[in-house]
Amino acid sequence: MSSVALASTADVENYLAAHENKGLLRFITCGSVDDGKSTLIGRLLYDSKLLYDDQIAALENDTKRHGTQGEKIDFALLVDGLAAEREQGITIDVAYRYFSTEKRKFIVADTPGHEQYTRNMATGASTADLAVILIDARKGVLTQTRRHSYIVSLLGIRQVVVAVNKMDLIDYSESTFRKIEFDYRDFAKPLGFESITVIPMSALEGDNVITKSAKTPWYDGAALLPYLETVKIHSDHAEKSFRLPVQWVNRASHDFRGFAGTVAGGTVRPGDDIVVLPSAKRSKVARIITHDGDLAEAGPDMAVTLTLDDEIDISRGDVICAARAPAEQTDQFAAHVLWMAEQKLFPGRQYLLKTANRIVSATVTELKHKVNVNTLEHMSGKTLELNEVGFCNFSLSHPVAFDSYKDNRRTGSFVLIDKRANATIGAGLIDFSLRRAQNVHWQDLDVNKTARASAKHQRPCVLWFTGLSGSGKSTVANLVEKRLHDMGRHTYTLDGDNVRHGLNKDLGFTDADRVENIRRVAETARLMADAGLIVCVSFISPFQSERRMARELMGEGEFIEVYISTPLEVCEKRDIKGLYAKARRGEIKNFTGIDSAYEPPQIAEIDIDTSDIPAPDAADRIVEYLKGNGYLEG
Amino acid sequence: MNEIQDLIGRAERIATRADLSLTTVSRKLLNDGKGIARLKAGGQCTVKTLDAARARLKALEAQYPASAAAPAAIAKPQQLLGGPRGMTHLDRLEAEAIHIMREVAAEMENPVMLYSIGKDSTVMLHLARKAFYPAKPPFPLLHIDTTWNFKETIAFRDAVVKELGFELIAHINEDGVRQGVTPFTHGSQIYTDVMLTQSLRDALDKYGFNAAFGGGRRDEEKSRAKERILSFRSTGHRWDPKNQRPELWSIYNTRISNGQTIRAFPISNWTELDVWQYIYRENIKLPGVYFAAERPVVTRGGVTLMVDDERMPLEPGETPRMEMVRFRTLGCYPLTGAVRSEATILPEIIQEMLVARSSERQGRVIDHDQSASMEKKKQEGYF
Repeated sequence: MSSVALASTADVENYLAAHENKGLLRFITCGSVDDGKSTLIGRLLYDSKLLYDDQIAALENDTKRHGTQGEKIDFALLVDGLAAEREQGITIDVAYRYFSTEKRKFIVADTPGHEQYTRNMATGASTADLAVILIDARKGVLTQTRRHSYIVSLLGIRQVVVAVNKMDLIDYSESTFRKIEFDYRDFAKPLGFESITVIPMSALEGDNVITKSAKTPWYDGAALLPYLETVKIHSDHAEKSFRLPVQWVNRASHDFRGFAGTVAGGTVRPGDDIVVLPSAKRSKVARIITHDGDLAEAGPDMAVTLTLDDEIDISRGDVICAARAPAEQTDQFAAHVLWMAEQKLFPGRQYLLKTANRIVSATVTELKHKVNVNTLEHMSGKTLELNEVGFCNFSLSHPVAFDSYKDNRRTGSFVLIDKRANATIGAGLIDFSLRRAQNVHWQDLDVNKTARASAKHQRPCVLWFTGLSGSGKSTVANLVEKRLHDMGRHTYTLDGDNVRHGLNKDLGFTDADRVENIRRVAETARLMADAGLIVCVSFISPFQSERRMARELMGEGEFIEVYISTPLEVCEKRDIKGLYAKARRGEIKNFTGIDSAYEPPQIAEIDIDTSDIPAPDAADRIVEYLKGNGYLEG
Repeated sequence: MNEIQDLIGRAERIATRADLSLTTVSRKLLNDGKGIARLKAGGQCTVKTLDAARARLKALEAQYPASAAAPAAIAKPQQLLGGPRGMTHLDRLEAEAIHIMREVAAEMENPVMLYSIGKDSTVMLHLARKAFYPAKPPFPLLHIDTTWNFKETIAFRDAVVKELGFELIAHINEDGVRQGVTPFTHGSQIYTDVMLTQSLRDALDKYGFNAAFGGGRRDEEKSRAKERILSFRSTGHRWDPKNQRPELWSIYNTRISNGQTIRAFPISNWTELDVWQYIYRENIKLPGVYFAAERPVVTRGGVTLMVDDERMPLEPGETPRMEMVRFRTLGCYPLTGAVRSEATILPEIIQEMLVARSSERQGRVIDHDQSASMEKKKQEGYF
C-alpha cells in the first residue's frame, strides 16, 4: 500500500511479484501503560501509510471522544480495541497488528506491560522472533523493564530492540540515553540475548521511528522500521534434528496412509531414516506430499504429509523423528511454568497437559522454586499464583516425546488445562527429563529394586528365551533389546557368547557343568533385575528343571519364559552355524534335538514359532507383552 | 474467442482428470502459470501462441485419457518440487492456516466450515483442500443462505462445490422466510439477526456442529484484532470477550464443555492484501460479482445497491441505471454497496485495492449501525 502509483496491470503484476517473495517478521512490543507503546504502533501503521481514510476519520472521531493528546491525533486509540477497555485507556489483552513494507510483512503482538498481564506478554512472546522493549527516557531501566526482558528471554526470544522513548521530553539528551543503554546492557547480561539494539526515539513526534531524526545527530544506528526491515532473524530450526508431531492420519483411500503435521525442526527428504516415538518403530520416508506436488525436501514450519516405506502403526500424538537423533521420551521432567489462572497451581493436583499434538494427565510433583519476575531471584513457595513463574517437577500419565525448550520451541513447550473448566491455565517450557541417574535424589525413597527400576521408568524382569539351536532365540532377543533401547529402556542380554568367554570360561559341556552354567547365568540375571534392568537371557536351556530353578530365583512376575518353538526341521534346515550337520555326522555329542532331549515348556508366558512369524514381528509381540503387562511403566 | 474458450474448457477438464492444478496445466500449455487465468478473465493471445498451446494440450490429453481412473490423485508424480527455499510470508500464513485446520479437524468430533462464497471463504476452501490432500476435508461446508444472495454467487457456489467434491449444507431460516423477513421490510438489523445470526445458530444446533471454521481476519476491524484463533461460545453461542483462552505457540486448547462450541479462524493473521496476493498466486477462482460489469443499480443513502432481482422494491422516482460496478465484499445484495469500477481481471482488482483509500468493511451497511457494533454483534452470536 505504500506504493500508490500503479499505472497499469503490468505494474501491479510487478508489484505482486516483488511482494510475493517477502519474508515475515513477528515481533512483540513490551512496555508499560505510559511508555507510549500503542502510540508507537499507531505511528508505524500511520507513517507507513497503512491506514485507510475511513479508519483515519474514525480515529479522528474517536480522538475527540476519548483522546488524551489534546488536538493531535491519538494513535494509541487506533490500537486499543475492545470497547470496555477503551474507556479505561489501557489495553488488557494481546492485540495483533499487521503492516507490510516493500521488504517485509510484520505481525506485531501488542501486549500490556502491567505486572498482572504477564500472561498476555508471554502469549505474545511465544510466537515472536524479536522483542521491542520500550523504556521511558525520563525513567530509565525500571522494574517493569526487567520483568519484560525476563519474560521475553524465558520464552526464547534472542534478539531485542530497546526503544528509549519520549526523547523529546529530555531534549534528546545523549548522556541520558547512553546511561540508559549502559544500565540495560549491564542488567541484561544474564538473560543471554544474542543481540541488543538500543534506539533513541520519540513515538509521538516520529523521531527515529520510520526515518532517522535530525534531533539525534549523535546516534549512528538505524531508525526502528529500517532496522526491523533488515534485521536477520536468527533461526537455526533447519539445523536441528527432524521432528514431525503427527496431527492427523490421512487415509485418502484404503491403501493410503499419510501422516500430516507441521515440521517442528530440521529437514526431511525421501529416503531418510526415521523413528516414531513412542513406539520406537523405524522406517524410511517414502514421499513428502503436498497438494502442489511431492517435495524433494521439507523444512521447519512447513505443513506436509509424509508417507513411509513400511506399514507401521502411527497415530495422532506420535512424533516422527530423525532416526539418528530422536527426541527424548519421558513421563517425568522439570519445566518452567507460567501460571495463567486465578485459581492457584497446587502440587499434587491433576491437570491436563497438551504438547504440540498430544494430551496427557499431569501432576506437579514438586515446586522447586518460584522466580521473582522483577528481580529474577529464586523464592520458595508452595503454590503458584496468577502471573507467577515457577520451576517444577512434573509427572505424566504417559510418556511424551520432547526436546528441551531451549533446543526446540515447538517440541519443548506445553500448556496446562483445567480438567473441569477446560480453560488454559498455564504455559510450560521443558528443561530436562528427570529420568536420569543424576536425578534419582528427586524423590526421597530408599534405593531399592523398585526405586532403581522406577528411575529407569520400567519394571525389572528376565525374559528367558529357550528353544533349539538355530530357533532364532538370539535374533529375537537382540531385536527386543534394540526396541527397548530405542524406547529409552535399560536392558542387558546374556547369551552364550558373552558368558561362555568370561564368567563361565571354566565350564565345559558335562551335565554338571551345564547345570552350573545355567545357575550362574540365572544368578547374574537376578542381580541385573535387582539393579532394575530388563534382562534378556538367550540359552537353549533344554531342561525344565533348570528353567524352574531360574524362575524360582526371581521375584513374583519377574520371570517371563519365552519359548521359541521353531520346529527341529526348520532349525536344522537353517543350520546357521553348521552345528546340526556336525552333530549328524557325529562330530558333536549330546547335541540338543539330535542326541539329547529338549523338554518343551508347559507354562511359557510367550510361545513363538519363527517359521511362522518373522523375527521383527516376534520382537514386537514380546515388547507388546511387556507393555500390556505394565513392565514399561515406572 | 470461441477457440480460446474451448482451450480454457479443455485445460480445466484435463486439470481435473490428471489432478493437476490449473496453474500447472497453464504452465505446460502456455509456459506461464497464470496464462489460462488471464485468458479466462478475458485476456487475449496471439494465434501462434494459441496453436502451440493446442498442440501441447493434445499431447496432454493423450497422456491422461478420459477413462483414466481416479487413483491418479495419489499416484506418485514423476517430478519433485524443490526444497524449502526461505518460506515467504504467504507460505508461512498458508502453513499456519493448514496447521489450525488439521488441529481442529483432528480434535473435534463434529466440525463444519462456514462458507459465505466470498473471497475469504473461497481462500478457506482452497486451504482446506490443501490441508487434507489427497483426502477430502473431513467436514462439510455450511452456507447460511439468506435467500438474498447475489444470483450469480449461488451458481458459483454450486459449481465450486461440485468441482471440489466437497459436501455442502445450505441452510435457510424457513421461519424467517415464512414471516416475510426481508432487508426491505424489517431493516438491516432485524433482518441480519433473523436470517444470518439466528439462522447460523439454528444450523449449528440442528446438526450438532461443535466447531465451525470461519474466514474472519484480525485486520478487518479493530475489535477483531484481539479475537483469538479459537473463539469459544457458550450455550446460546454467546461470545464472552473477557473469557478467552490464551494461545501460546501453535498449541491450541480445543477442549469444550457441554453446550460450548468453537469458532476457528485459520486465516486470522492474514490481511486483505495477503488474501488478494494469495488468490493471485494460487490462481483461485472468484465469484463474478467481484469483477466489474454493467449492472443495474440505484443509490440510496449514499450507498450504491444492485437491483439483482425483481424482489427489490423501488422507491418512487427510482429507476435502475446501468453502471460499471463491482463489489468488494459479498453480503446480501440489498446490504452490500457496489463501487464504480472498470476492473475486470484480477490484477486490476488488486490495483484498485492497492490504491483504495477506504477500507473493506465500509461497503457493508451493517457495520455502520454503531461504533463497536461488530463487537456487540459478536457477543450476540454473529460470527
